[in-house]
Amino acid sequence: MTQHDDHHHHDHTHDEAGSALSDIALRVRALETVLSEKGYVQPGVIDAIAETYETKIGPRNGAQVVARAWSDPEYLERLRQDATTAIAELGFVGRQGEHMVAVENTPTQHNLVVCTLCSCYPWPVLGLPPVWYKSAPYRAKAVIDPRGVLADFGVTLPAETKIRVWDSTAELRYLVIPMRPAGTDGWSEERLASLVTRDSMIGAGLALPAGEGA
Amino acid sequence: MNGAQDLGGMMGFGPVLPEPNEPVFHADWEKHTLGLTLAASALGEWNIDIGRHARESLHPADYLSSSYYEIWFKGLIKLLAERGMLTPAELEAGHSLQAPAATKRPALAAAHVPAALTTGGPCDRPVERPALFSVGEKVRTRNMNPVGHTRLPRYARGKTGIIERVHGGFVFPDTNAHRAGENPQWVYSVVFTGPELWGDGADAGLTVALDCWESYLERL
Repeated sequence: MTQHDDHHHHDHTHDEAGSALSDIALRVRALETVLSEKGYVQPGVIDAIAETYETKIGPRNGAQVVARAWSDPEYLERLRQDATTAIAELGFVGRQGEHMVAVENTPTQHNLVVCTLCSCYPWPVLGLPPVWYKSAPYRAKAVIDPRGVLADFGVTLPAETKIRVWDSTAELRYLVIPMRPAGTDGWSEERLASLVTRDSMIGAGLALPAGEGA
Repeated sequence: MNGAQDLGGMMGFGPVLPEPNEPVFHADWEKHTLGLTLAASALGEWNIDIGRHARESLHPADYLSSSYYEIWFKGLIKLLAERGMLTPAELEAGHSLQAPAATKRPALAAAHVPAALTTGGPCDRPVERPALFSVGEKVRTRNMNPVGHTRLPRYARGKTGIIERVHGGFVFPDTNAHRAGENPQWVYSVVFTGPELWGDGADAGLTVALDCWESYLERL
């Protein structure tokens, strides 16, 4: 699978804003016309779906969950017991987040999430998956060489830190709770959330150091 | 099926390439492919497992040379054609050439999109029999190579692991993908060591947790 969705093997692909559209863009447009004429796709539906994932549902949701878990030991405990319900407390529910599990990074174990069979990903807390998460290199390598994957992200763990890879092949969706950075005692949840990157909640990165927070 | 979707452990793809400040969509057609896929699935003519199987049963060369949204588009075409909802001639013409087929559910209205996305599609189900395995138990995954859909990847077949969590009962994709019923089963988190999966030279500090339906497992 190619990693980048926009510019591969179509030899006459042009800027979408230009007059020429790629083969795939033309075919998608043709399909949309057919399905709309048949009444299968109602007006405004596609924009409503896209707008949801462009503006409402994304990794800022997950960052709030992590910041709450860092701040509130009782919340963390609820997250451990029933992540779906604990995450729903913050209003993050729905498609591809129906059955959630939270996994915590510790000094002795780092967690990394993948779906080797497709692209399973916790949409309500992280949004739509990035291209690299769906790509063949990531899906192939994560389960056999997770330290190599981390190196691709510029992350090196101590050799003694164990790595647990979660291959989300069923309907459980995993959210990594990264380790809380040092020097953040007394920070508000909002400020803590500014340290929580999308990649850190997949396990492909770490939370930002305190100096890089908002 | 042993298709191109089953990528765990394959080599030669090169490094993972993170993209700084990646946009949600890289092109307008990707946005429309996502929207069309979700809108079409809301018609109730196929379930999520049928949808996954449509994508994974693309020819392996086609699968591996397509971007992810291209795979979704090709899967969607296949699903619509199977249900008599689209003909190749219609796609070619870019217009409807025959009356729409009846669908199980009405088309999703724009006003209902937020509710539909918020509801999602829970697939936990009660299972009448008690769970066969318990936490801490050692199990082996079956050496199975079904021609149909399965969620047991090749790299984890015939391997020994430990049950770490009992997730509950869930729809069984292997039958649900073929319209043969939900047949819910217990699902377990089974943990395998790096050396068990990958042999000598594997990262001894690696464990892989896999969510396995009960019939994927046998007692040792």
